[in-house]
Amino acid sequence: MIKGISIVSVWVLDQDSAKEFYAGKLGFTVTNDLKLDNGMRWLTVRPPGSENQELLLMDPLHSMLDQETGQQVRALVAKGALSPGVMATSDCKGDHSTLAGRGVEFTQEPAERPYGVEAVMRDDSGNWYSFTQHKFLGD
Amino acid sequence: MKPADVASLRMLRRARDRIDRDYADQIDIPALAAGAGYSREHFIRAFRAAYGETPGRYRTRRRVERACELLRSVNLTVTEICHLVGFTSLGTFSARFAEITGVSPTAYRQQAAERGGPAPIPGCFMLMWRTGLPAQNTSLPEKPAPAAAP
Repeated sequence: MIKGISIVSVWVLDQDSAKEFYAGKLGFTVTNDLKLDNGMRWLTVRPPGSENQELLLMDPLHSMLDQETGQQVRALVAKGALSPGVMATSDCKGDHSTLAGRGVEFTQEPAERPYGVEAVMRDDSGNWYSFTQHKFLGD
Repeated sequence: MKPADVASLRMLRRARDRIDRDYADQIDIPALAAGAGYSREHFIRAFRAAYGETPGRYRTRRRVERACELLRSVNLTVTEICHLVGFTSLGTFSARFAEITGVSPTAYRQQAAERGGPAPIPGCFMLMWRTGLPAQNTSLPEKPAPAAAP
């Protein structure tokens, strides 16, 4: 039985900066930061309210991609084309205010939606996330 | 065309994010260009190369998309919504709205009310949707679009 998604890969432009963003600004826990033999840096972070989900912050230029493809992925990230998904929060407005105070960029302020309260944020690379307090999922 | 480098794309994205955030302000394209480190002409070309449309067109589409949401969800007049999303002229608003959605703001609101209930797709996806909203009138009988109330 499939029990969930344990790791989601997120392409980032700079792993040091991404680590600072996710750990320093969003309050994620760094769960791994390893240099693999093949040159890839395995950098994973876990959201504060989650036990078993991680983001793998991947550098496209040191990954399974060839260099040309890696450059294409970097361009897509930089221009803001990619979205890893939805971050769930128990307090969209409160967290928005805290995170915006830390310099996190939001492209949409918290707004009431049929399914909850939602804002839209960017990470430091340009990935966008919906930032949502779901109405029906509880906390 | 040679793809822009990552640093330029980031600047373009910041300019586009500014349109997303401040769509209702009278954002001036030359000021956006200067903020991104481009001349006006070069900025418009680079923006179009990256995003497939000019910054002015993107801003218009963004305003119309916000107007659609307000027409669906809030009890304001078409004129109020026109000004809220950043248009200064009702004529321009109605014309741009019809170009993008295929119907007038008033007809759009009527159709949304007839369909009933909120759209099932999260607002963020509407927002990021390149082509704007899904076609509104495919499942509805064709009706002549009434002119927007002045």
